Amino acid sequence: MSNQGLTPGATDSPEASPDPELGGKVSWDLVIRPAGGWFDWRLGDFLRHRDLLWLLVWRDFVTLHKQTILGPLWHVINPLLTALTYSLIFGRVVKIPTDGLPPVLFYLAGTVAWNYFTACLYKTANSLAGNAGLFGKVYFHRLIVPLSAVLSSLISFGIQCAIFALLAVFFAWRGYPVQPNSWLLAWPLLVAMLAGYGLALGLICSALTTRYRDLGQIVGFATQLLMYATPVIYPLAYARKASYGWVMECNPLAAVIETFRHAALGHGSVELIWLGVSAAILAGLLLLGVTLFTRAERTFIDTV
Amino acid sequence: MPPTAISVANVSKVYRLGSVGSTTLKEDLSRAWARLRGQPDPTLKVGSPHHDRQEGGVFWALDDVSFTVEQGEVLGIIGRNGAGKSTLLKILSRVTAPTRGEIRMRGRVASLLEVGTGFHPDLTGRENVFLNGAILGMRRAEIAAKFAEILAFSGVGEFIDTPVKRYSSGMYVRLAFAVAAHLDPEILILDEVLAVGDAEFQKKCLGKMQQSTREGRTILFVSHNLQAISTLTKNSVLLQDGKCVMYGKTDAVLAKYLSGNAPKLLTYLTNPSGKLPEVVGVRLTTSEPGNFHKQGNPLRLTFDIFTPRTIKGAAFSFKILNSHQQPVVHMCLFDSATPFCRQAGRFRLTCEIPNLRLYWGQYSVTTYLAEAEGGQHFQTLESVCHFEVVMHGKKRDWSWQPGDCQYLEEGAWSVASGVIPDHARSEIGVPIVGPAI
Repeated sequence: MSNQGLTPGATDSPEASPDPELGGKVSWDLVIRPAGGWFDWRLGDFLRHRDLLWLLVWRDFVTLHKQTILGPLWHVINPLLTALTYSLIFGRVVKIPTDGLPPVLFYLAGTVAWNYFTACLYKTANSLAGNAGLFGKVYFHRLIVPLSAVLSSLISFGIQCAIFALLAVFFAWRGYPVQPNSWLLAWPLLVAMLAGYGLALGLICSALTTRYRDLGQIVGFATQLLMYATPVIYPLAYARKASYGWVMECNPLAAVIETFRHAALGHGSVELIWLGVSAAILAGLLLLGVTLFTRAERTFIDTV
Repeated sequence: MPPTAISVANVSKVYRLGSVGSTTLKEDLSRAWARLRGQPDPTLKVGSPHHDRQEGGVFWALDDVSFTVEQGEVLGIIGRNGAGKSTLLKILSRVTAPTRGEIRMRGRVASLLEVGTGFHPDLTGRENVFLNGAILGMRRAEIAAKFAEILAFSGVGEFIDTPVKRYSSGMYVRLAFAVAAHLDPEILILDEVLAVGDAEFQKKCLGKMQQSTREGRTILFVSHNLQAISTLTKNSVLLQDGKCVMYGKTDAVLAKYLSGNAPKLLTYLTNPSGKLPEVVGVRLTTSEPGNFHKQGNPLRLTFDIFTPRTIKGAAFSFKILNSHQQPVVHMCLFDSATPFCRQAGRFRLTCEIPNLRLYWGQYSVTTYLAEAEGGQHFQTLESVCHFEVVMHGKKRDWSWQPGDCQYLEEGAWSVASGVIPDHARSEIGVPIVGPAI
């Protein structure tokens, strides 16, 4: 330490310090203060624990299929069953058109994207309350847990995308009008936006559920409603013609899902302005989410 | 003078009572409105210097605590349950934020409120070492570099690649502690972690901690094991009702803690509250006047119990605790053997110990009153009737030393001389095969 030889008389610190012998030049590595400013994000702590982020992703990956019989197959069975159910109910019974595409392929595209969004949302929303035991014993930047959940959900998403690709190739070979296009290059960006929306909404939920538990009950119901306000199970153009079409226009997720599907199947529309607006809204939501979350996590352990 | 490693300045922590986690929206809004106008929180009563610890629906877990810790110092934190020790450690380890005040630290901080935090049962020992190390704040490269050392310290051996759910609890704790022991921070905050593991392992941990101190590490240490506190620390802080009432040499702080623990009376008397069965009086009849008892003399303990109702299968017990709060004597009275408290009223239980063998030292009595096993626990009366066992008048060639033992046993000695035949051993129960010489 540089101030090893400093004697009490040698201090020339003008500021009031509880330890006058330390002087004003001493740098503290850590200062703990009451929960204060809204924008105290402590990103330095986040960087210090970045190894933990990757270890948590890796842990999720390794422990995901311990003690299950079908293991990774569940990633495939779930969305396939969902897509089949949708094609039965919405395709055969309600008769919503799917732009001439095989219903299973159409619904699978929407379901895969939507599942990733909801996985991110649920895991993030549960990250504070669900890890109270861990958070009550040790400090690391709390954002690491939701971020690791978002990243490890990519594994399941990747497997589902592969199945979707296989089906798409199969149906294209059978002569269906499947037309992947250059928008596929934007997929990573679209996936990042889905993850971003899941993360942002999840962070807001988890911050608020630490105070108001009721919110936890609403989240599941609200996401289901949101799904019907998003072109997951019908083409955007079809929904716009309906009387509630304005709901789609207001939903920033609609553009992301519609573009996602358009990139792979070549149907539907891409509107750049709409995507841009969606990205701007996402940025705002993320800002709000991170702010609420980093503020709530400082004392949430007192209230869980 | 070494530089300050930790400076705790005017730290307070307030908990809202009763309404934890369920503050009303209206309260929240009025708080937010006040904050916007730069006014103090209207739902928090502050400013009065002589406020009670519990007032206006809030609880002051910590109340204006200040102290500093020098670099390389091992500081003990002592206090009764609920004195604020855990809250202080939680704030120091940043698990929760203080309500007021500021803490400044210099150096890499690691805190250990629990061993094995974040261990995943399905992962192997090796995988958990990396995960746990990262949770405690180590970089991955650092853990990899120390891995051989951690493995050797834990003594887990070839089981390192087995999932930890298959470990015995001892192995689990040893592995968890091994990670923690290799944290290598400049400041280490420890809570009661030595309470786990077997005696041999605890010794190893204490050794590791002493080594850390020699390396100039600053350690903050909370334990209920006063022996460990007095062995490991030079200075201590005494917390009482959320306040730091003493900061100084550990011996002096321990003495104050023990003396302040309860009134030094041989008699404990209280008025019955009337709702629950309780002990309303404890009386010791010692061999000497005052609080003194001569070792080896009869001691009589009288307990007055008041019960407003019938107790089914009443059970009463008391413990005699030494100055380190370790129970040395435990005696029980059960309704099944000696009926008592079978109707409402007062009962006097008397216990005669014909020959109190406790060694020289300070003792106190703790009582327990309950229903039959599985039933209600009515009362625990802690640390009443402090008394001191003395050795005056019992001469021996070597003078009595404090702390020689816990109690003196009576036994018969015999001495043999010359050639000791083997069959002498058979008398204490070792069977001898073959002809005796």
